[in-house]
Amino acid sequence: MSTRPRKQIHLGAHFPGVNNTTVWSDPRSGSQIDFSSFEHLARRAEAAKLDFFFLAEGLRLREHKGRIHDLDVVGRPDTLPVLAALAAVTDRLGLAGTINTTFNEPWELAKQFATLDLLSEGRAAWNLVTSPDAFTGANFRRGGYLPYAERYARAAEVVEVARALWDSWDDDAVLADRITGDFLRPGAVRPVTHHGTYADVVGLFETPRGPQGHPVLFQAGDSADGREFAAATADVVFSAHSTFDAGRAFYEDVKGRLAAHGRSRDSLKILPATVVVLGDTPDEAAERAREIRLQQVSGPTAIAFLEQVWGRDLEGYDPEGPLPDVEPDTENVSITRGRVRHAKDPAAVAAAWREQAEANGWSIRELVIQVTSRGGFVGTPEQVADDIDRHVQEDASDGFILVPHLTPGGLDEVFDRVIPLLQERGSFRAEYEGTTLREHLGLARPGAASAAEDEPAAELVG
Amino acid sequence: MPDTAPARTVHLGVDLTDAGAHPAAWRTTGSQAQRLFDAKRLVELVATAQRGLLDLVTLDDAFTLRPGRTGTVRGRLDAALVASRLAPRSGGVGLVPTVTTTHTEPFHVSKAIATIDHVSAGRAGWQVGWSTTPAEAAAFGRKAAQDEPDAVAEADEAVEVVTRLWDSWEDDAEIRDVATGRFVDREKLHYVDHEGIRFAVKGPSITPRPPQGQPPVVVRADSPASFDLAARRADVVRVRAATRDEAVALRAQVRDAAADAGRDPDALRVLVDAYVVVGDTRASAQARLDLLEDLEGVSWDTDSLTHVGTARDLAVTVEEWTSAGAADGFLLRPSSLSTDLDAVVDGVVPLLQGAGLFRTAYPGTTLRDTLGLPHPANRYAAIA
Ligand SMILES: Cc1cc2nc3c(=O)[nH]c(=O)nc-3n(C[C@H](O)[C@H](O)[C@H](O)COP(=O)(O)O)c2cc1C
Repeated sequence: MSTRPRKQIHLGAHFPGVNNTTVWSDPRSGSQIDFSSFEHLARRAEAAKLDFFFLAEGLRLREHKGRIHDLDVVGRPDTLPVLAALAAVTDRLGLAGTINTTFNEPWELAKQFATLDLLSEGRAAWNLVTSPDAFTGANFRRGGYLPYAERYARAAEVVEVARALWDSWDDDAVLADRITGDFLRPGAVRPVTHHGTYADVVGLFETPRGPQGHPVLFQAGDSADGREFAAATADVVFSAHSTFDAGRAFYEDVKGRLAAHGRSRDSLKILPATVVVLGDTPDEAAERAREIRLQQVSGPTAIAFLEQVWGRDLEGYDPEGPLPDVEPDTENVSITRGRVRHAKDPAAVAAAWREQAEANGWSIRELVIQVTSRGGFVGTPEQVADDIDRHVQEDASDGFILVPHLTPGGLDEVFDRVIPLLQERGSFRAEYEGTTLREHLGLARPGAASAAEDEPAAELVG
Repeated sequence: MPDTAPARTVHLGVDLTDAGAHPAAWRTTGSQAQRLFDAKRLVELVATAQRGLLDLVTLDDAFTLRPGRTGTVRGRLDAALVASRLAPRSGGVGLVPTVTTTHTEPFHVSKAIATIDHVSAGRAGWQVGWSTTPAEAAAFGRKAAQDEPDAVAEADEAVEVVTRLWDSWEDDAEIRDVATGRFVDREKLHYVDHEGIRFAVKGPSITPRPPQGQPPVVVRADSPASFDLAARRADVVRVRAATRDEAVALRAQVRDAAADAGRDPDALRVLVDAYVVVGDTRASAQARLDLLEDLEGVSWDTDSLTHVGTARDLAVTVEEWTSAGAADGFLLRPSSLSTDLDAVVDGVVPLLQGAGLFRTAYPGTTLRDTLGLPHPANRYAAIA
């Protein structure tokens, strides 16, 4: 190992999502809608000096077998208004929101994120996601208008336009000189013109440049196109590769793409999603992890999960019994809609699972518990702190986005018991050093385009 | 008394747009023009409105920089996000951003307002906006600029979709039934299945029904098309009238049109826009206006009731207009927010309270409570 300085860990707090990671049947489980839940997690995350708070998004309620999926948490408030409200109850914590680039327009998004950055004094982040499926499109004017293959081409153009709009105001554009009567510095706001494939916009932007210049940009797609887009565009990748080996492979792959874009390895942070389960002893932690998995995968949830792969109704099967003997219906690929993953080759998956289940004597429910296990950190606070630090120091990640299983207090114990250990090691900040999210993440602030490069100003502000 | 007589209490909103309604407001001492985009300035203004027990604050919005000289305030924040930013540390006062319908998605509009309502525990409203400018059409590049009747027709359809999406969750849809493993009762979630002229929206919303059920819809009625929209869809109708007689006629027209549309006219609140310059004396109010006009270089050309005078004069005007059936209340447009809002809250409100014309406490917790509107039934639950 080289003797490079200790890397600083970056951590985000993910508000529990609308999937079966979130356990709602537990008596401690609170509302996923009441603002008090968001405030709880954000305040605790800020007290623990985390980099940011994170919200996911999905623009259509998930369906299973043609009906709204009712086994997981359903419903959530709108991403950006929640983050704007959290800006009122926190001072330093970054505020990251997932927003789709297919079903939003760049001018509106640029305005919303500039506003969030101003309202939060430099704490805004945008997690760019791209899914263009027609199922989601049914809630929007143009329906499923965008071919899957073009999702990142549009995303790239949306970002390009947004950046041009943010840069169309100089940082010091607002003069508010009461004596001369100049509200805006002449020439400090310039028109933007973009005639592209996915966006065709012209005009003078309405909202001043935010304290960060541009909000921090996250990306969360895993395809080769997604990784390339991240290397070209993003400040942070939200990845699903949280185990050590997969993490290192992903890290090397994405960081290795940066040089081709003229970027340094430090300019992009890779933060996998992960879960943490603590115990006073390793055994106790393992036991709690097991209990949580049982809560996450109820019998009906296990059957519904198999149905996604089998493409057929399996309601008659006993979740505590063996796997179905019928073969998957390979034609029926869209039994579940509105979620991220689908099995690519259902027949092969079913065969492999049957073999595993038989070899280990697993029931349907146990099989689902095993195959949907996403790793995560399970152990005593010392073990978990060691593990997290090792992942970061050995380049399996630059930190993590912590996903709790309970709303809103699921990370409280991590904040109380693990963070202090990371701080003691000097791997995680004990105090915020900067005020903006870019500063927390060690990311450069993009400079503004200079007015001098543009046309004469006088007629432009008008 | 004619049956159009208002209740004897008056509703008061205040517009928090820019530095005030007068274009030169930012140039006066204490205008805080340097802090125009600072959330804390707005937090202070909302606290003042709340101290005065005002019904609501409104925030205008637009997508492109207004044409104008460098000398006027230019630039705005997204009004819906500002309203949400103002929600957590306030209470009582309603938060009513303008959200436009011309270039936006009704699905997004619906969940944004619903979320402000959740975050504020029932204090959101929606001022319906529409856009006719070529500049805004060019900012989106998806269609040509629309004329006013067409833009209002689109707003009308958007209101239909947004309000249906608010109802797409019944209030008790979330059941958390551990025995069956079901989090929601999906029979209480509804596809809105809107297949209209301009949109097809499937639903349901991703956001549960807002605490108010239907956050109040505010429409500015200042053209035949928008007047019709207001009569059919608004809970709060903003009108402009320079004289009391004009306002009496307008309010009666709005109420008649609402009745023609099958609505109870008493379910509407008609607020007259009132520009106000308040001073300790009439002379000092006039002197403040003179200064603003000097700075601007032109006289202040307003399009509705304009009060330049003392708090007592304004209280008298409010009393006279409401008792004449000219208004259910006023949407105050302070010439200068940093001066006139305090003057209204500390000067006018106590006088109105003393006369029994204004509340001395918020009657409930939601904006509908404040406006005296009942919690609406859910249209989908009603059919079931
Ligand atoms: C860790 C992770 C989290 C994601 N979160 C979301 C989300 O909250 N909302 C969403 O619409 N998509 C989400 N996605 C999927 C992305 O939307 C992505 O745009 C989509 O999968 C298509 O891109 P891809 O083919 O590169 O994966 C997530 C993906 C990953 C890997």
